[in-house]
Amino acid sequence: MEIVVCIKQVPDTTEVRINPETNTLIREGVPSIVNPFDENAVEEALRLRERHGGKVTVITMGPPQAIEALKQTIAMGADEVYLISDRAFAGSDTWATSYTLASAIKKLSKFDLILCGKQAIDGDTAQVGPGIAEWLGIPQVTFAVKVEVEGKKAKVERLLEEANEIVEIPIPCVMTVVKQINEPRVPSLKGMMKAKKAEIKTLSAQDIEADINITGLKGSPTRVVRIFAPPAKGGGEMLSGSTDEMVSSLVSKLRERKII
Amino acid sequence: MDLRKEAGEWKGIWVFAEQRNGIIQNVTYELLTEGKKLAQDLSCEVAGVLVGDDAIEGNVQSLFDYGADKVYLVAHRELKYYCTAPYTRAITELVNKYRPEIFLIGATTTGRDLAARMAVRINCGLTADCTGLSIDPDKKILQQTRPAFGGNIMATIISPNHRPQMATVRPKVFKKEKIRNPKSEVIKFVPVIKEEDLIVRIIEIIKDESIKVNLQDAEIIVSGGRGIQDPKNFAMVEELAQTLGGAVGASRATVDAGWISAHHQVGQTGKTVAPKLYIACGIAGKIQHLVGMQSSDTIVAINKDPDAPIFKVATYGIVGDCLEVVPMLVRKIKELRD
Repeated sequence: MEIVVCIKQVPDTTEVRINPETNTLIREGVPSIVNPFDENAVEEALRLRERHGGKVTVITMGPPQAIEALKQTIAMGADEVYLISDRAFAGSDTWATSYTLASAIKKLSKFDLILCGKQAIDGDTAQVGPGIAEWLGIPQVTFAVKVEVEGKKAKVERLLEEANEIVEIPIPCVMTVVKQINEPRVPSLKGMMKAKKAEIKTLSAQDIEADINITGLKGSPTRVVRIFAPPAKGGGEMLSGSTDEMVSSLVSKLRERKII
Repeated sequence: MDLRKEAGEWKGIWVFAEQRNGIIQNVTYELLTEGKKLAQDLSCEVAGVLVGDDAIEGNVQSLFDYGADKVYLVAHRELKYYCTAPYTRAITELVNKYRPEIFLIGATTTGRDLAARMAVRINCGLTADCTGLSIDPDKKILQQTRPAFGGNIMATIISPNHRPQMATVRPKVFKKEKIRNPKSEVIKFVPVIKEEDLIVRIIEIIKDESIKVNLQDAEIIVSGGRGIQDPKNFAMVEELAQTLGGAVGASRATVDAGWISAHHQVGQTGKTVAPKLYIACGIAGKIQHLVGMQSSDTIVAINKDPDAPIFKVATYGIVGDCLEVVPMLVRKIKELRD
């Protein structure tokens, strides 16, 4: 089975702050990581390869430093990785990103499954996976928590708001996975050595035959016009006294507010 | 390839009326209410897009009750349950025929699956998971504001040259309001669903029996975090929730640890809630949790650590061990009622 996994290098979002004077992101000292949901996607691809044979190819669109993220997936066990990188891709929104990744996938190889994390933790859009599926004209299944492949179809359990839904989907298709699907493996020492030595191939817009009129900022329908820090919420009242007194005081306050 | 659209040909605000098992989801009414306000700034109409099988027609009036001027009724037996391909086919056809200027969709699992696919097929901009919407008074375009980077920053996004301007909007951010509405125009649309749209099949829906009260509709939510120390202590959280007639929520840490199912998770990667009362038991309050509950009317935080960030958003804070505080709270509420 040929599996392509799309990953994104993201800043560790718990560390990102905004400079309140300039309203710009403070990126210094913020570590870059593989988007956690994408690690689950890589793990699931490796497990499917272990069960069904085949090859796992990992791709990412990003600047040259995203090579580090690709190397991490080699260390986990990916067979091939590609960096999709070109100045013409800078500033892409999800529409343009999905077009670019789909162009790369078309160019690269035949594929049975395309796996993505359900969303990236920086943008949190969950839009690129379905976008890729549409560009490739194949079905999608989002929020997958369990995947079983049998021949040319897959049975996939989806994690929804109040229920799980099991769907049957033909292959090829795109799947986006949630965190609960698996526990990503820790790279082995051997894997890390392999990653260290690996030469990472970079593909440009020309290499993947992408129309640069619809990539990058130029090709993106959306524009970010302003970023700002979220309004701070003022703290409330800390109750004091013994536990008994605090609880009694809480009950009477909730009663005053007619909540209980 | 130039995919830009002439803005002038696109008019009106549409709201996707999401239904599950024939029941319209509240986010639909929230978006109709908000859509009505935006429509005043654009002097245009608001329409609901109701998709389902033939039985769905019974829900038309409820959309008018929350402010729809018009309802596009898209009924087909293959549209009873949400499935990406037939829904994308039907709604894209509708969009291309009637050309809305703005299309709002709830940022639910269904809405996010659908909108992302449609945006590529229609060739339009899509902003995910918005928490604020307004109309630029000069350019008359939709300004879509949303949290990013785990809630640490907010971004305002526009789609200047593509139509419709499409956004998914987080449930519970806007309040729904019934209005007296004399309008009742229903436009029936019969989509052509193709064989190729039906290759993905739902074979089973497994309801989570631990969900006794729907989290996003609950007026009161009691949530447990690591501070409850043991998965068994969710029974205590549950008891407080039951005493108050509320639902049980959970922090990501407890879900990751397997203490409770993911359907209970509140926060950035779980559900966004805004009940009248939110009680956080033993939840530290990382930003990812706070973005999912901080618009609750009243927030009570119980935590041993006086420096826990949850206290920054709490209306009332109790520094203490929730294993002691929560059972006492249950007892005192029960006493009050006796």
